[in-house]
Amino acid sequence: MMRDADAIAIDETLDPSETPWTLPYRGTVGMACLIVAESAIFIIFVVAYIFYIGKSLTGPTPAQVLELPIFGTVCLLSSSITVHYAVAALRKGKLRACTVWLAGTVLLGSLFLASTAREWYHLIHDEGLTIQTNLFGTTYYSLVGLHATHVVVGLIMLALVLGFSLFGLVREEHAEKLETLSLYWHFVDAVWVVVFTVVYVLGR
Amino acid sequence: MSTTQVVEGIDGTLTAQKGSPPRNVIYEWLTTVDHKKIGIMYIAYALIFLLVAGVEAMVMRIQLAVPNNHFVSPQVFNQLFTMHGTTMVFFVGMPILFGFGNYLVPLMIGARDMAFPRLNAFSFWVSAFAGLMLYFSYVGASGLYAAGSAPDVGWFAYAPLTAKVFSPGHSTDYWTLAVFLSGIGSIGTALNIVTTIICMRCKGMKMYRMPLLVWLYLVMASLVFVTVSPLTAAQVMLTFDRYLGSHFFDTQAGGSAVLWMHFFWIFGHPEVYVLVLPAFAFVNEIIPVFSRKAIFGYPAMVAASVGIGFISLSVWAHHMFTVGLGAAANTFFVFATMVISVPTGIKIFNWLATIWGGKVIFATPMIFCIGFLFQFLVAGLTGIMLAAAPFDWQLGNSYFVVAHFHYVLVGAILFALFAAFYYWYPKITGRMMSETLGKWHFWIFMIGFHLTFDFMHIPGLLGMPRRIYTYEANRGWGEWNLIVSIGAVVQAIGLLIFVYNMVHSYFRGKVAGHDPWDAWTLEWATSSPPPDYNFAILPTVKSRRPLWDLKHPEDPDSDYE
Repeated sequence: MMRDADAIAIDETLDPSETPWTLPYRGTVGMACLIVAESAIFIIFVVAYIFYIGKSLTGPTPAQVLELPIFGTVCLLSSSITVHYAVAALRKGKLRACTVWLAGTVLLGSLFLASTAREWYHLIHDEGLTIQTNLFGTTYYSLVGLHATHVVVGLIMLALVLGFSLFGLVREEHAEKLETLSLYWHFVDAVWVVVFTVVYVLGR
Repeated sequence: MSTTQVVEGIDGTLTAQKGSPPRNVIYEWLTTVDHKKIGIMYIAYALIFLLVAGVEAMVMRIQLAVPNNHFVSPQVFNQLFTMHGTTMVFFVGMPILFGFGNYLVPLMIGARDMAFPRLNAFSFWVSAFAGLMLYFSYVGASGLYAAGSAPDVGWFAYAPLTAKVFSPGHSTDYWTLAVFLSGIGSIGTALNIVTTIICMRCKGMKMYRMPLLVWLYLVMASLVFVTVSPLTAAQVMLTFDRYLGSHFFDTQAGGSAVLWMHFFWIFGHPEVYVLVLPAFAFVNEIIPVFSRKAIFGYPAMVAASVGIGFISLSVWAHHMFTVGLGAAANTFFVFATMVISVPTGIKIFNWLATIWGGKVIFATPMIFCIGFLFQFLVAGLTGIMLAAAPFDWQLGNSYFVVAHFHYVLVGAILFALFAAFYYWYPKITGRMMSETLGKWHFWIFMIGFHLTFDFMHIPGLLGMPRRIYTYEANRGWGEWNLIVSIGAVVQAIGLLIFVYNMVHSYFRGKVAGHDPWDAWTLEWATSSPPPDYNFAILPTVKSRRPLWDLKHPEDPDSDYE
C-alpha cells in the first residue's frame, strides 16, 4: 500500500574480527525478570509481616500456636535437589531418569502442601486463628498463603511436564525449557527459606 | 541490491493479501502477536483514554474557574479527580510509553519481534480490559440503579478511606482490581522488553552500541519490576482487607494507615521515573538527528540513566514529609531527593551540548524537544524546592504540588511524547504529519500549558489545597483559577489540532519514504510502515549509528568508537 520497496540494504557480512554472536537464552532471562518482580511482591508481604510482629491487639500469638514445620521444609528443600537432577538427566538424554526425578519433585512438593494444609487446619479448627482474628492471622495467612499459591502454580507446571514425559513427549532438546521451570521452583524454595526464618524463627 | 529485491518480492505477496474484507482485518488485529500492531493498539488505546481523562480535567477546571461554583457536586468532583489521576497514570502514561517501546525497541535493535510475542498480546489485552473495567464502575459499582458511583478515594487511595466502612459499595474494588490488572500487564510487557533487549539484538549490536532509547527502556522496564510489583502486593492486601476482613490497613485492629502510604509511594515515586525515562528516550533520539550531530556523552547518558533508576528507589518518602517521619528519615529523603537532580542535570547538559554547534533544524519534533528541555528544567527546580522538607510542610498537598507534578507530566513527558509522535508517525503510517499544523499545535499548546501551569503555582502559594471542589470568593484565588481554566481551554484547542493533524495526515499526508529525517538508527533502514518481518535480512551493525556508516562508508562511526 504505502510500503516503500526502496528500503536500504543492510550490510549482512559479519566482520571477521567480531567474536561469534551468541546471546542468552530468552527463557532464562524472562524467568529472571519474573523472579525479580515476584521477589518485590514477597518483600512487601515480608515487610508487612515483620512490621506487625507483636502488634496484635488480641491473641493468639505466634509463640502460642506455631510449631516448626520441619517435615514440610525438608520435603520442599529436597525437591530443589530432585528437580536439579531431573534437568541434569534430561541434558544427558536420560529420559527415564528425568521422569523419575520429576515424579519425585511433584511428590515432595505435594507433601509440603499437605503439611501446610494440616498446619492451617490445626490453626483454624483447633486454635481458632483466621485471617480476621488479629494482625498475626492477617499477615501469617497472607504471607504463607502467597507462598503456597506459588507452590501450587509450580506443581501444576511440574505435573504437566511429568505428564508429557510419561507420554514420551519430553526430549533432550527441551532441557533449556525444563531448566527455566526449575529456576522458578528454586525461587519458590528460596522464598520458603525467607518465610521460614521470618515466620517461624524471628516471629516466634 | 539483492536485499531490495527480496524486500520487494515478499512485500508484493503481502500487498496482494491486503485486499481482504473488514471482518478479516478486525480478526487480524484482535489476534495479532506482531509487536508493531500491538504497539499501535497500545498507543491508540492510550490516546482514547487521554481524551477521556482530558475531558475530566476540563470539567474540573470549569468547576474551579470561579468561586462558589456548582457546576458539579462535591461527590462528582471527588470521582473526577480520582478517575483523572488513575486514568492518566495507568491507562494513558503506561500504555502509551509501552506502545512506543513495543513498536521501536525490536526495530532499533534489529530484531523481527519481541522475545515473547504471545505474552505481549496477553499483556496488552489485560491492560485494555483493566481500563474498561475502571470505567465500567460508572454503571456497575452499585448496580445499574445507582449510576455514577466511580471510585472517589483519590488516585493514591489512602487508608482508612478505602476501608469497607468509609467506602461502601464496589467503586473502590473496581479501582483496586483495575490497578491490579494493569500492573499484571505492565510487568508482562516490562519482562518482554528486558528479555528482548538482552536476547534479541542483531549481530554486532553490543550493549554499548544500542541506541540510547533502548538503554532507557531497559532501565525503565527493570524499574517496573521493583515498583509496580509492590503496588500489586498492596492491592492484594487491600482486597483482603475489604473482602476477607483482614487488618493490614485497619487502624481499629492495630493496623497502620502509614504502611499503605509507604507501600503506595514505594510504587508512586519510581513510577514518575518509569514515565519520564521513555520521555528522555525520545529526546535522546530526536535531538541528535535535528542537530545533525551524534549524541554528546553517550557513556555519561547511560550511566546517568542507570543512576536515576537506582536513586529513584530511595526517594519515595518525600511524598510523606507532612506525616511526621522524624528528623532522621526526613533528612535521608531530602538528601536522596536532591541527589537525583545530579544525574538529571547531567542529562540536560548533555542535550544542550548536543545542540551546541549543531546545524539545528527546527522541525516540529525538535521544537517540542526544546519545549521539553525548558519545561523539564523548571519542573526540576520546583521539585528541588519541594524536596526541602520545611518548604514541603508549608506547601504539601497544595496547588503548588499539583502545578509541580503537572509541569513534569505535561510540560516534560507530554511534550516529549508529541515530539515522538511527529518524529515516528512517518515510520508508523508511511506519511508525514503536516508541519504547519504541527507548529500551530506547538505554539497553541505551549501558550495554554504556560497559562495553566505557571499560574497554578500561585494559588498554591496562597494556600489553596488540592482536591477542594470549590472555594470562597474572598480568598484571592479566583483570578488565578480563572487564568488556569482559560489555559486549559487553550490546551484543549491545541490537542484538537494534533488529533486533526494525525487523522488528516493519515489520508492526505506527504508520502514519507523509509528515512524522511535522514536519521541513523535501524528503524529507518526498513520501509515505512515496516513489513511484518521488519527486516528481510537481519542487519549487522558496527557502531552506534549504523545508518551513518551506511551513508558515509568513507567516514564510518566505527572508526572512532
